[in-house]
Amino acid sequence: MTAMPDCNKVLLVQAELDGELGAAEAASLASHRAECPICQAAAAELMQARALICDDLYQRTPDEARQRVMAALDAARPVQQRRPVAAAAPRSSQSWRGWWASGWSNGASFGLGAACAALLAFFLIVPAMPPGLTEEIVAGHVRALQPGHLQDVASEDRHTVKPWFDGKLDFAPPVKDLAAARFPLTGGRLDYLGGRPVAALVYQRDKHVIDLFVWPAAGAAPPQTAERQGYNIVHWSQDGMNIWAVSDVEMAQLKEFAADWRNTP
Amino acid sequence: MPDPLSSDTFEAVVLPHLDAAHNLARWLMRDAASAEDVLQEAMLRALTYFPSFKGVNPRGWLLQIVRNTAYASMNLNRGVELVPMTNGSDEGDDVIARLPSGEDDPETTLIKTRERERVRQMIAALPIELRETLVLRELEELSYKEIADVTHTPIGTVMSRLWRARRLLAQAARRDEAA
Repeated sequence: MTAMPDCNKVLLVQAELDGELGAAEAASLASHRAECPICQAAAAELMQARALICDDLYQRTPDEARQRVMAALDAARPVQQRRPVAAAAPRSSQSWRGWWASGWSNGASFGLGAACAALLAFFLIVPAMPPGLTEEIVAGHVRALQPGHLQDVASEDRHTVKPWFDGKLDFAPPVKDLAAARFPLTGGRLDYLGGRPVAALVYQRDKHVIDLFVWPAAGAAPPQTAERQGYNIVHWSQDGMNIWAVSDVEMAQLKEFAADWRNTP
Repeated sequence: MPDPLSSDTFEAVVLPHLDAAHNLARWLMRDAASAEDVLQEAMLRALTYFPSFKGVNPRGWLLQIVRNTAYASMNLNRGVELVPMTNGSDEGDDVIARLPSGEDDPETTLIKTRERERVRQMIAALPIELRETLVLRELEELSYKEIADVTHTPIGTVMSRLWRARRLLAQAARRDEAA
């Protein structure tokens, strides 16, 4: 076989197929291609090769490998900048939140970063929002949006989703169906927040994903809102559970979602 | 005062591309264990270099680190590799003919059908410079320019490698059908 094409336009045929040609180039190529059997055969062969490729060939990170990488990253961070809870957490991602990242690169700025975090905690997230948790929730949501990570159980049926959590958590998360309110349930997964496993329920609004993180907590608290990195957050406590909804839907819709969820038995 | 909650943290900028990094590492390396070693090493390097990262394409930047790490690892383990690193252009035919049977690949279970497994083997059997170009284009969907940057290769070479990779793939598929 000769590796190089016999017509010097063959690579342009390929470039067109790859969307790399401008309109003018594509037009002039089209007239050549109509008369060039080599380019026609090349196009057919390229299509054939391309048809063999499917998404299943994509090698996503296995969960265990991901955990080990996260742990290695955590360990590489200077000791004095680790959060105290890091050692206790089975999955290290929880310590990847918040303020350290702005300070770790420069030891001298650590104090400043801590001071900023304290200030922020004082002005923004007092009283009910623990510093860092909001960021962690957003990070959890963003991670989940990576292909293949959104849900471990995919079902619109809460009677399928709820039992899936059995034995995986030390509590039974409330799973509610809000399809009537145009927030259909699409599934759930396990996640890790604040050093503990939590249930993540996945809802949808049009093409937007709403993650609802649930874990046990004492007491009740009215909804509070927050915004981070373009994501909206509504969180509250009810029926002995902490509940955090995060999504890129507009705040008004997310509040609507929260209200529907709260009021659904 | 620096915004500690800004989105330009390592977590926000680099970690979303962990799967891309793993995908490339896995396709470059022969087995899952060495792919994970490369992934881990590359992520640690990325963490170290991140403060100096000023670019707009964190995925390309990370993939470049992954590739460098993988190549360094293969150089260290030269002789262990089944597929020779070669700059020659016409090695593919031989390699395709020596396709491994694939039953010892621990990730086989991920690919449900025999056909898909067969395609995976065909790609895995490509010489590394064709394989990485094909993977970056077809699975990562990088542009020619991005592939050129990641692989430190002129765009013209990217185009011809891609062409050779696809042609070998199509030929192997036809051979399969005939058999």
